[in-house]
Amino acid sequence: MDVLHKILVAPFIDMVAAPDFFMQVLWEGLVSGVLYALIALGFVLIYKSSRIFNFAQGIMVVFAALTLVGLHEKGVPALLAVPLTLVVMFVLAVAIERVVLRPLVNQPDVILFMATIGITLFLIGFGEMIFGGENKVMITEQLMIPTGAFTFEPFGGFLLIEQKDLTAVVGAGILVLVLLVFLNRSKMGRAIRALGDDHQAALSVGISLSTIWVLVWFIAGIIALATGIVWGARAGVSFALEVIAFKALPVLMLGGLESVTGAIVGGLAIGVLEKLFEIYWGQPLMGGNTETWFAFVFALIILLFRPQGLFGEKIIERV
Amino acid sequence: MLYRITGQFKTNYRSDYALFPVRQDMFLLAVILFFAWVVFPLMASEFAFQTLLIPVLIYALAALGLNILTGYAGQLSLGTGAFMGVGAYACYKLVTIFPDLNLMLAIGFSGLFSAAIGLAFGLPSLRIKGFYLAIATLAAQFFLVWLFEKWSWLYNYNASGAIQVPTIDMFGITVAGPTASSMVQYYFVLFIVSVITLLAINITRGRIGRMWKAVRDMDIAAELVGINLLRAKLIAFGVSSYIVGVSGALFVFLWRGAAEPNLFDIPLSFRILFIAIIGGLGSILGNFLGAILIIALPVILNIIPEAFGVEVDSSLLEHINIMIIGALIIAVLIIEPHGLARIWAVIREKLIIWPFPH
Repeated sequence: MDVLHKILVAPFIDMVAAPDFFMQVLWEGLVSGVLYALIALGFVLIYKSSRIFNFAQGIMVVFAALTLVGLHEKGVPALLAVPLTLVVMFVLAVAIERVVLRPLVNQPDVILFMATIGITLFLIGFGEMIFGGENKVMITEQLMIPTGAFTFEPFGGFLLIEQKDLTAVVGAGILVLVLLVFLNRSKMGRAIRALGDDHQAALSVGISLSTIWVLVWFIAGIIALATGIVWGARAGVSFALEVIAFKALPVLMLGGLESVTGAIVGGLAIGVLEKLFEIYWGQPLMGGNTETWFAFVFALIILLFRPQGLFGEKIIERV
Repeated sequence: MLYRITGQFKTNYRSDYALFPVRQDMFLLAVILFFAWVVFPLMASEFAFQTLLIPVLIYALAALGLNILTGYAGQLSLGTGAFMGVGAYACYKLVTIFPDLNLMLAIGFSGLFSAAIGLAFGLPSLRIKGFYLAIATLAAQFFLVWLFEKWSWLYNYNASGAIQVPTIDMFGITVAGPTASSMVQYYFVLFIVSVITLLAINITRGRIGRMWKAVRDMDIAAELVGINLLRAKLIAFGVSSYIVGVSGALFVFLWRGAAEPNLFDIPLSFRILFIAIIGGLGSILGNFLGAILIIALPVILNIIPEAFGVEVDSSLLEHINIMIIGALIIAVLIIEPHGLARIWAVIREKLIIWPFPH
């Protein structure tokens, strides 16, 4: 009985007893959820248009952030470093398409997945060689991101909202909106979706596979840079960041591999739930650090009921 | 020329499906086994045992376990490292609870624990497929590694949180622990790896193996011809986790000597996946070729600059190492997506019909 009480009742009493703390936890979860959603978005874009499960998205985040900081350290002004980093990401996209993807067209999914792991390793080695392995500070102030904090006092308690987190949430929202408009309204966006629906049909109406692939990887690079700036502002920039790439995977499972909506909803849901679980169940009952696995186990349980994720395309199998 | 099959007539199906349809394969294998059992142990230095021979065998065994699941039954798994951990921790508990237990038996039993957990995590595979399943196996990876860290009963409540291999004797010879000699350890590993490889070859050649391949190629079609999918997939998860668990126990007891939970983290899983894929999915030989490449390459890369008398910073060397392995994976996938084993198969085919092109 005592155990059941601890699991089923006590956490909720805690939540009600300290609503300000509960809201703080919710906010923290929401902010990390936005980041997970952003990484998952990069995955989804590439998966939609090419059926490639891009494992390298996480490392692209680190690589973009490191390039930005590295350029700034070399004396490039911060606002110039951003477009320069984008140029680097574009070159990377072209190189990946040329060297890796083009020779592997039409290979089974698992081979392309392995190739992206190869890209990941290459980028880790390359990045560490150029930028070094130590943790760097993100150039938050130079990019004119506000760093102060708002404090509120709901229910006579205390709630702290950092301005850079708020900027991150708003920025991510704008990025997603632009992306959705681009995908749904522009010619290129329609071409991307056509390619996702049916490769051969898209090719036969004159859509260039290689152009679209470069474009998609470049967009993924832009998203990576945005994620890198936001995450770097919170935790610094180093290759330790690559663990967040793994966090995007349960998000994908939960939301469905092809769905932009799924990535966003899944990201926010997992961000909030894993924080709540960690604070109210993990730390008091299980010795903490449950964030490493909670998202995966949660997504696994959901998947048992919906094998294609919450928003994924229904899997129709034919013999 | 050396592979000419003239005069080797097959008069019935049985001989056509024999283990060695071509006699030269048998000679080749005999030569390799002779090297492995006699020549290498006699010639190898301590360094070669510890950095090349023993790890190559252990990694090849782990890759073999993964290959049964991924290459034969078609279920992509990213949680190999954690299942190695289960084997290692199970073995540690067994030898500390029953100090008199024969180490060979302890390692054999510890595979069973890993197999049981593999079965549990294999159950969702009936509903979840493809990449969704791959991510689901990551749940096992992260959860189990977390458990190794938090469940202090597993490491006997010691302060460091790591497991330390005690000195274990078998028939009066020290086989594990700090004082064991490398040659004994090598023979111990070689024996287990040889036995399991032989069993694996025969399982994959037989009815169960054909069942797995049918499931891999198209599971609905396999179900239609009367294969019980649940059974086929669960057997694959069980056998695979058993082998992986045994390799994990060997990994810690016969090679590393001690282990912390993060040793079994995701990089280990990926390294084994690389070995299986570079070697060739759906091939037994490939695991060994892949392991030789992935394990030996860093050692060779470390030696090269010294040989030319160039001083290279060790951290730089490590980065170049990672880059080269990444590039190598991509290169192998582009040149031959079916891995090194397929390259060997092509060469062998050419040798058999030489000097004719077809």
